[in-house]
Amino acid sequence: MTSLIAKTLGAMGLVRMMRTRSPFAFVCLIILTIVCLMSAAAPLIAPQDPYDNVQVDFFDANLSPGSVSANGAITYILGTDALGRDLFSAILYGLRTSLTISGLAAILALVIGSLAGLSSAFFRGFTETVIMRAVDIKLGFPTILVALIIMAIFGAGFFNLVVALVLAQWPYYARTARSAALVEMGQEYMDAARCLELPVRRLILVHLLPNCLPPLLVVFTLQLAHAAAIEASLSFLGLGVSIEQPSLGLLIANGSKEILSGHDWQLIFPGLALVILIFTINIVGDRLRRILNPKERQ
Amino acid sequence: MAAYLLQRVSQAVIVLLLVSLLIFMGVYAIGDPLELLISPETTEQDMALARAALGLDKPIWVQYWLYLKGLLHGDLGVSFVYNTPTIELILQRLPATVELGLVAFLFSLIIGLPLGLIAGYYSDKPVDDAIMNGSIFMFSLPNFWQGLLLILVFAVSLNWMPAGDRGEVGTFLGIPTSLVTLDGWRHIFLPAFNLALFNAALIIRLTRSSIQEVMSSEYIRYARAKGLTNRRILLRHAFRNIQIPLVTVLGLELGNLLAYGIITETVFDWPGMGQLLINSIRLSDRPVVVGYLLVVVTLFIIINMVVDVLYTLLDPRIKIDGGRA
Repeated sequence: MTSLIAKTLGAMGLVRMMRTRSPFAFVCLIILTIVCLMSAAAPLIAPQDPYDNVQVDFFDANLSPGSVSANGAITYILGTDALGRDLFSAILYGLRTSLTISGLAAILALVIGSLAGLSSAFFRGFTETVIMRAVDIKLGFPTILVALIIMAIFGAGFFNLVVALVLAQWPYYARTARSAALVEMGQEYMDAARCLELPVRRLILVHLLPNCLPPLLVVFTLQLAHAAAIEASLSFLGLGVSIEQPSLGLLIANGSKEILSGHDWQLIFPGLALVILIFTINIVGDRLRRILNPKERQ
Repeated sequence: MAAYLLQRVSQAVIVLLLVSLLIFMGVYAIGDPLELLISPETTEQDMALARAALGLDKPIWVQYWLYLKGLLHGDLGVSFVYNTPTIELILQRLPATVELGLVAFLFSLIIGLPLGLIAGYYSDKPVDDAIMNGSIFMFSLPNFWQGLLLILVFAVSLNWMPAGDRGEVGTFLGIPTSLVTLDGWRHIFLPAFNLALFNAALIIRLTRSSIQEVMSSEYIRYARAKGLTNRRILLRHAFRNIQIPLVTVLGLELGNLLAYGIITETVFDWPGMGQLLINSIRLSDRPVVVGYLLVVVTLFIIINMVVDVLYTLLDPRIKIDGGRA
């Protein structure tokens, strides 16, 4: 309980530091929070469920932003797409999918990668050689290419996408965790903890992990943004989520078919939502890096 | 040096074997390719005959062995859709991909270097903040959406530039390239720019941090004491010393150009290898997908190896065996 309170206070301290050090990043953090909350509450606040055919009126197709639906019930603030779906609702549902997939993938990659990195720093020797060689091989290839290869082999789908992202991203956490843990392993408190003959699990999770968290947090934010971008890119190519699932990438793909018919809001708004999501995460991650970096701390 | 190279090459061969095994198992073991090739009315007997003719009745490791033997002869199989050898299809598309990558690389240097120098020189001033936030924005833009916007603005609305295909293709030293015709340059401008932005952002950040590091060193202070102009210090003394870190990201850059090239080629309908991959995935043309992946993995291994060797050649402080002197 006390550690939970300490952690909350620590996180609040970070937010406060961000507010004083970089007002711009603080604004981005607020926007990001609003976007996350809105997408989480999509079923409650969206004017319609765009993936429920009963609610969608096909005769409302391709209405420009600000139009009112035929039965007068909904004002389409961002217009409708070629199937008559409310674009604002579709974007909220799409953001939800994006955040779920990239969040899930980033958390899983964080857990797997950190454990791999920490254990390679803790055990050294053969364990380290095997894990770090795997990391080196992966880091020779761009993340998007690895994810694309995996999706090309296993096919589109929610589950496959999460697996592909985790496989493509865990090495970044492993590398960071290992280099942080190597420094900590040389500290006296680790020697003391080892002398107490604590179980290895406790040594790694309770003593080593908390002290390696700050750099991992930074990698987490940057990889989260990257995962969201890759999810959208792969969905756009038809290699991401399956076609009946809401996704910003698929919305943009649909919008791109309307590029010559003047319905450009169908292309612009889903992309803008995606950019806002990725940009705010990146800015927050970048400032977090500066705040947590002892060299730049004032 | 020879021992080092030998070690690297043997490592590369092992990685390549491993990757080919993974891809082979992944693609060939998951579904039965016969179901794609043969009409549903075929009798059991014909199915068995076809299976034997294609060698699909053999155990999986024998199939892999035969596949490997084919690879050594440069045989990547025959495309289901085009009915031509896969390797020919891929090599046909290679010049288009390479030329797009080269122009994009050039663009990213033209955009990235000056901005990075300015940001590093005026570090922590408003100019620096603006450029750094700008670079974050540049790599936050999803490549495919940014490309579609470029098409929407410059091709559809303003009608300044064409938005698809390579345009008129000439030949230079026997290689077909659109870089020798004006029409070709008009066609390559938008896709290359689209591909360049992401890398430009990386170059900005790297140049900035290297310049910052160099500017606080003794010899720069000495140059200042001599009364040299800022311009001369920055361009002649500081810039020379950041060339080594710049070269080391070259590999990263080339990798990104190949990977994101797939998306740019698809968006701009550029007839390169990446577009071939996406089309082949859509048509489930497996030999082409496997062939493309193997070719790209080989390219990557070569790029990584060349960059490592370049690095050791450029910086004499790094010894060949990997340790630091």
